[in-house]
Amino acid sequence: MELRSQTRGVALVLTVIGRIDHSHANAFEAALAPHLQLCTASGTPLVLDFSGVDFISSVGLRVLMLAAKQVKQQQGKLAVAALTPIVQEVFQVSRFNLVLKVFASVDQAVLALTA
Amino acid sequence: MKLQFWGTRGSIPVSMTSVDVRTKLRQALLGAAQGPVLTADSVDAFIDTLGFDVAATFGGHSSCVQIVTDNPEHVILDLGSGARPLGQSMLARFGVDQPQTYHVFMSHVHWDHIMGFPFFLPAFTPGNRIIIHACHAQVEQAFRRQHGSPSFPVEFEQLAATVEFDVLLPGKRYQIAGLEVSARLQRHSGDSYGWRFERGGKAVVYSTDSEHRLDEAAELAGIVEFFANADAVVFDAMYSLADAISVKADWGHSSNIVGVELCRAAGVRRLVMYHHEPAYDDAQILGVLNETRRFEEITREGHALEVLSAWDGLELAL
Repeated sequence: MELRSQTRGVALVLTVIGRIDHSHANAFEAALAPHLQLCTASGTPLVLDFSGVDFISSVGLRVLMLAAKQVKQQQGKLAVAALTPIVQEVFQVSRFNLVLKVFASVDQAVLALTA
Repeated sequence: MKLQFWGTRGSIPVSMTSVDVRTKLRQALLGAAQGPVLTADSVDAFIDTLGFDVAATFGGHSSCVQIVTDNPEHVILDLGSGARPLGQSMLARFGVDQPQTYHVFMSHVHWDHIMGFPFFLPAFTPGNRIIIHACHAQVEQAFRRQHGSPSFPVEFEQLAATVEFDVLLPGKRYQIAGLEVSARLQRHSGDSYGWRFERGGKAVVYSTDSEHRLDEAAELAGIVEFFANADAVVFDAMYSLADAISVKADWGHSSNIVGVELCRAAGVRRLVMYHHEPAYDDAQILGVLNETRRFEEITREGHALEVLSAWDGLELAL
């Protein structure tokens, strides 16, 4: 699992690459943590670019849920974008598509979070 | 060994409404209108082409499952409202002059798992023996207090059958009714216990009302060990994963996704989703089943895990 960051206007895009399963969920959580701290009401909106994520299991989804809760408490903005077809299906089955902000593309997510 | 499901709904019994029946009828008639005119000979074949959610129902009784073997003593898992039709079938089969022995294994004593006992006809039949096995010390108190005034017209002492309570220890192996039996503590309000039954090289696990915390690796490993190589796991898949780890965290139930992951890790042959959400209609339960089968397919590595949704009346040969 790899995490690359890129500034897009006032937003930060984190591109996630690889599988987020039992072997990599802890690394994903640790890599995400410092960025979440900055995602506050007056801080940096965060877009997770999932175009490079092959698969996400329940423990990976749990990390996303914790991230969303933390950001909500901080009144920040967080979205997930560009899901691969398999991950899109996992979001559908798990109903994570109903509890997270999900966008078809990174551009759409950045626009929505910074508008 | 065979599983027979008498009640598969979670938390509280439900029944179909007139709206539900009309919706099914409408869908069936629309389907019929697209084909040739039906006759008395062809109507059954047409019904078989309809989806399960249109032609049938998952049912609405709360938890009750029977394990059928060639042993003359009967084995029942939980006594939710499904125990009523089970009891009726036993009375129809054996009458009142062939005394029977029933072994009941309780996951826990919440109301939806005991509410069928006051309507379980074998308890009113002289000569019958009912042994209720549980890991909860208060099991007898839970059963007694739902009988008699002000809750029920029949006092517990008036039951004609002999009713015994047998408190077992989790982690210990027992030989009961021809089965090798063991129990495991599960995460649920007031605790619940999963049961593993083995006989003749076959194994089935009954694991309902169990929440699985994804941050408790050791606990998950223990569950995988308990499920190991089972021919079927009857699994509490009441919630979506999103609900189970957010708004319904600590409510004591699990999800279809965690069911697939645990059963796959344990080398299980069949996942039987159980304890269905009472707010779901047949179409929603079927939708969850189809999605879960798809999730199993896209995450498959090695052996295929067969995924089923239990329904009231399902008989499953192991």
